[in-house]
Amino acid sequence: MISSVGHSPPPFFKRGPAPLAQLFFFVSLSLALLVADFRFHTLEMARQGMATLLWPLQRVAYLPVDAGTDLSDYFSSLRSLKTENEDLRRRQLATANQLLRQQHLEEENRRLRALLDMRERQPAEGRVAEILYAARDPFARRVIVDKGSHAGVEAGQAVIDELGVLGQVTRTYLFTSEVTLLTDKEQAIPVQVQRSGLRAVLAGAGVGAMELRFLAANADVQPGDVLVTSGLDGVYLPGLPVAKVIKIDRDNSFSFARIDCEPLAGVERHGQVLILGRRVTPPLPEDAVSVPDKPGKGAKIRKKH
Amino acid sequence: MQPTQSSRRILLPAKAWFISATLAAALFLNVVPLGHFQILPDWVALVLLFWCIHQPHKVGMGTAFVLGLLMDVADASIMGQHALAYVLLAFGAVGLSRRILWFHLLEQALHVLPILIGTQLIMLAIRLAVGAEFPGFLWFVGGFLGAVLWYPLTYLLLLPQYRPVERDETRPI
Repeated sequence: MISSVGHSPPPFFKRGPAPLAQLFFFVSLSLALLVADFRFHTLEMARQGMATLLWPLQRVAYLPVDAGTDLSDYFSSLRSLKTENEDLRRRQLATANQLLRQQHLEEENRRLRALLDMRERQPAEGRVAEILYAARDPFARRVIVDKGSHAGVEAGQAVIDELGVLGQVTRTYLFTSEVTLLTDKEQAIPVQVQRSGLRAVLAGAGVGAMELRFLAANADVQPGDVLVTSGLDGVYLPGLPVAKVIKIDRDNSFSFARIDCEPLAGVERHGQVLILGRRVTPPLPEDAVSVPDKPGKGAKIRKKH
Repeated sequence: MQPTQSSRRILLPAKAWFISATLAAALFLNVVPLGHFQILPDWVALVLLFWCIHQPHKVGMGTAFVLGLLMDVADASIMGQHALAYVLLAFGAVGLSRRILWFHLLEQALHVLPILIGTQLIMLAIRLAVGAEFPGFLWFVGGFLGAVLWYPLTYLLLLPQYRPVERDETRPI
């Protein structure tokens, strides 16, 4: 029967809602998701669920890369292994002196601190993890490591390698976790110049570089200075090497000096890393202002500039 | 359906399982970890674009949205970044599908190129708006590579729909 009410004849094919209506619906849904994720961080549960579903696919996709690495390892020549072995032995001998005395010094330090009635330093403990791959997102500097919330990793833990600080765990999944590297533009870390004790904030500047921010043009910093963590943030243990100053531009027309730094740890390389245990910050006195809440499990940490 | 509107070859209907399988394969290729070596095309965008142009009744904005969400999780980017870009890609592709199919494959590739680059520009705009770093111009090579791959991809994805050319001399038309 031909409809006598409408002016247009009934459609021959069912095509669902009009394209513009569909577009409006999906675009507003996407924008809502964007705002919910970026502003309010409320989608972590959904993300965890979908990530667990995608995990087998990602695991399988990793296999060819894994096999390629194994193959190249297998064919790496005996000579290179030998030199590496000798190098490692020499380095071990060089550090043996410090390592052997470390326990003695720590014991002594503990006793002296007890004598002086100072708070004990938290012993560092860690969990070895392996970097699986760099995250695919081209807009950020992140790597995925093979230990997740299943192995007790929490968002906010510091990650180091044998040379220095690498970054911070920013999101955990069941079997993997995401480490944001120090060179990421949104990552900042409080540091101290080892030579002079000057405190500052080191921020990532993208492609393998970092920048020491908010230091006066006449600040006591020299090229070659080593920056270590100051431990003021309650995330990183104090005294971990972070970066080396490579270039200082003291332009008097700006109030701050432009100080370029280079990470000490193999930030853009792959290998094994150590996820340090959560740092327990000493409680503040009763009458002090209340500390902000610690980020919950799986919550994304966002560092303020 | 024909491979292009001007072609005289009639194709078999596209099977739903084959469409899903190719989209899943594209998702798989996208999660192969290549780190920051990002000059390969976004396979999901490319295959989605192909099906939106060739089967606009079967693949559209809904499929694009779901695939976008999966890519957002796989990429660990902001939720909605890929979803929004893919939905706009699907809208453009479905709208343009009847026009694009009139052209030859090389001319089709010229239509595909701005759609792919546009998708990348939308993602770039979203991420720069929330303060991420610029990934470098090398990232756009992926879009160009996708357009170059349009020719082989069309043959590959239409392969199950071809049937042997039968010359029946007694057929009336």
